Amino acid sequence: MAIAEALRAPAEVSNQMTRTSLVIRVAGEAGEGLKKPGEMLTQAATRAGFQLLTDTSPPSEIKGGVMFFQIRLGAQPFHHRGDRPDVLLCFNQEAFEVNIQELSEGGLLIYDPGTVTPRDTGKYRVLAFPMEKIAAKELKMPIVKNVVALGGMAALFGLDLAVLYALIKELWERKGDAVVQTNNKALDAGQTYVEENISAEERARYRVQPAQSTKNNMVVSGNQACALGAMAAGCEFFSGYPITPASDVMEFLAAVLPKVGGTVIQAEDEISAINMIIGASYGGKRSMTTTSGPGLSLMVEALGLATMGEIPVVIVDAQRAGPSTGMPTRHEQGDLYLCAYGGHGEVPRIVLAATSVEDCFYLTINAFNLAEKYQTPVILMTDTVVAVRTEAIPKPDLTAVKLEHRLTWEPRTNGTSGENGPNEHSSEDGATPFSDGEDGYLRYRLTETGVSPMAIPGTPGGQYVSMGLEHNEKGRHRPDPRSHTQMTEKRFRKLSLSAQDAPEAVIYGDPDADVGIVTWGSTAGVAIEAIDLLKEEGINVALVAPKMILPLPEAQLSDFMRKKHIIIPEVNFRGQFADIVQAKYPRPVARLNVYGGQPMLVGKLVEEVRRIAAGPVENVRVALDPIFGKLEELVTPDDLLAPVEQR
Amino acid sequence: MAIDTGVRERTVEDYKSDEKPTWCPGCGDFGVLNAVYRALRIQNFDPHRVVAVSGIGCSSRIPYFISTYGFHGIHGRTMPIATGVHVARPDLKTIVFGGDGDAFAIGAGHFVHAMRRNLDLTYIVMDNAIYGLTKGQTSPTSGAGFNTLSTPQGNPEQALNPMLMAVACGATFVARGFSAEPQKLADLIVDGLNHKGFSFIDVYSPCPTFNKVNTFKTYKEAVTPLPEDHDASDPIKAMHYANSQDPLYLGIFHQREAPTFGDQIEQGHSGDESSRQKVLEGLFSRFS
Repeated sequence: MAIAEALRAPAEVSNQMTRTSLVIRVAGEAGEGLKKPGEMLTQAATRAGFQLLTDTSPPSEIKGGVMFFQIRLGAQPFHHRGDRPDVLLCFNQEAFEVNIQELSEGGLLIYDPGTVTPRDTGKYRVLAFPMEKIAAKELKMPIVKNVVALGGMAALFGLDLAVLYALIKELWERKGDAVVQTNNKALDAGQTYVEENISAEERARYRVQPAQSTKNNMVVSGNQACALGAMAAGCEFFSGYPITPASDVMEFLAAVLPKVGGTVIQAEDEISAINMIIGASYGGKRSMTTTSGPGLSLMVEALGLATMGEIPVVIVDAQRAGPSTGMPTRHEQGDLYLCAYGGHGEVPRIVLAATSVEDCFYLTINAFNLAEKYQTPVILMTDTVVAVRTEAIPKPDLTAVKLEHRLTWEPRTNGTSGENGPNEHSSEDGATPFSDGEDGYLRYRLTETGVSPMAIPGTPGGQYVSMGLEHNEKGRHRPDPRSHTQMTEKRFRKLSLSAQDAPEAVIYGDPDADVGIVTWGSTAGVAIEAIDLLKEEGINVALVAPKMILPLPEAQLSDFMRKKHIIIPEVNFRGQFADIVQAKYPRPVARLNVYGGQPMLVGKLVEEVRRIAAGPVENVRVALDPIFGKLEELVTPDDLLAPVEQR
Repeated sequence: MAIDTGVRERTVEDYKSDEKPTWCPGCGDFGVLNAVYRALRIQNFDPHRVVAVSGIGCSSRIPYFISTYGFHGIHGRTMPIATGVHVARPDLKTIVFGGDGDAFAIGAGHFVHAMRRNLDLTYIVMDNAIYGLTKGQTSPTSGAGFNTLSTPQGNPEQALNPMLMAVACGATFVARGFSAEPQKLADLIVDGLNHKGFSFIDVYSPCPTFNKVNTFKTYKEAVTPLPEDHDASDPIKAMHYANSQDPLYLGIFHQREAPTFGDQIEQGHSGDESSRQKVLEGLFSRFS
């Protein structure tokens, strides 16, 4: 193909426009090394002042299969990865087949002509970009084709290469000057190719302006934010078991927790992991585990133990899709019932849900504080979308982080009354034997708040037995009606009280609108973007997304629930959050559910909210399409096994 | 004139709580409890510096009867809980208790990994070859053909040999005692407590109510001390004696030195709590 013909654009979409957002997707075979250039682009764009949000779609296979890296750039913070890419770069034919349906109208397809034969090229703009050839022939180093691509992308949206040169130096300086120079040349070659083959006027279509004040930003994934949050929350002990998509929290902490004297143990299974953190917390250490659905299923019995023994622990559930093994790398908000109600008997439990990467940081701190203050397990729910994607977020101000510590029991000294009430056992020194008579320490003392002082092992005179059996105040198994009634009420008293410490909800849109969206987790970001689009049409919509799911913070919801229309979108079949909301507010709601393993599409949410806003108030459940096209026409891995002419 | 060193000589009474054991009369676990009291007295531990962790079963009620800190956990998860306590608080002495069901059936996986890690813990298993708390079902150490409520046609499974298993899994102290010999058992527990690394002590602790096969009488006829010249440092010799069904040997089968989990965790620490803010600020910079 002649270079002059490399770029062809359909005439009807060649008009200029000002971009506020550019979505670039780079698709190729897993193992082609998309991750590193993606991270470099992300870090460089952040340093250049762009607001951004990235996402990756890893394949289920360890090697092989198509994956993509996607980055959304602009001047304003984003809440969603973008329904459709504006620019799609494909390294191979499979990547083309699987992703081309999602390219936006008038979008730009960039492909390597050595490996991709595109079809229907009249439908979108096209640039043939022989990355592999440039790397192999010009640079004599086929491995740098991704860096060539990186240079091309930078040229397209207007990223100063100086930022990338600096980054390359930081990354590879220790490998020698030759490596740095080769990578720099690859960048230059990519930039030159794009500048020579796309006119300046055409390139202007893909220019986005950076923001002005992002110098203090950092780029992290939700999982990294969780791990950083754990560090900021004073986490001292972590035990976990590898599971997608949560493992990198453990890996991150394994590298950094020992630097502050903390410990990370890779347990033999999730059951062991949660019991280890329960033991460590009983021993007085702030403790956490991280898992995903299948692991959480295994942890459920021990969650009951932590509730019964009143032991503070933090569990992060990075939700993935489907029951059983399901789709480990795909997205769903399907674990809410499990987190809220999983387990035998009645187990009050605090459940938080992160709506964004920044939430992953701050809610992990909230989770520790709530666990410690109320001496109970706290589950922080993330999901594949927020766990895996990266966002540029402001560097946290550590001086603003306030830590809560559990109420501990200290022995009375010198005959003066102890700090925590009249029940302390007097112990003059460490040698005094335990007296467990009537005046002894009561671990499960009935209090107004339900919270009782906890003796940390090693404290003289505080000896007690922590337990999963029902017990009296002292911690002796007593299966009598008084003990079970009083202790059940004590545990639930703590739960209701904890609503006072609910983190602030996400509030967005027009507070006076008579259409309200109530949602949770990463779907809040989809709702924010939908509300912006609806506003352009003149439809005003309000959003509330509580970050505490249980106990449901009524202070954040009661007024909102009086709106004419209440719409509850979530990525699951049954409307698990809608059930929790409707149990508290028995009124008609419109449930919007999608369950294809992908995030909800902003476009689909907009369509449905528009329709509901114009219609009568009724109790409905609508299944949203997971993709823009028809499900029957979706290219699946099965199709790719067939010869090309049969597709 | 005597100088007060501040160290108090304790009595067995110091380790007894006011909770009375609920075990059946004649239960082997009384002998184990007495041996534990004696061992604690010999060690002269401060009660508040000891944590007794247990699982679920008749024997796992033992923390309630001891005046130390305790954790009565959930069935089979004894070892993970104890691991958490021990790794979080290496300054305290953590002693772990359970029965044969807790240790070798539902908790078998954790038992294997605790030994592999060489945690500096002492695990005392009160082995009665029956499920007593649930009133008489077969256990992993019940013999083949054993007739119980759950195996009315006779147990179709072979008994597990905990001693062989422990040596194979890398336990660095493997011993067996008998609850009818509380004095010897106390000495064995003391040796276990003084061993640096994972000490596993399997104790024949007969259930007179539900197990009419493995009784005080049958054990008394079958047990004998390990030969004086047994070289406990040799795992193969330990396995030889562990494999014997007649006689059943008592004593320390195997003992060797190896780095403990705690030692290695400690070596991995490159800072302490005071460096937290600096480490965090460094991480924030790394991501910008």
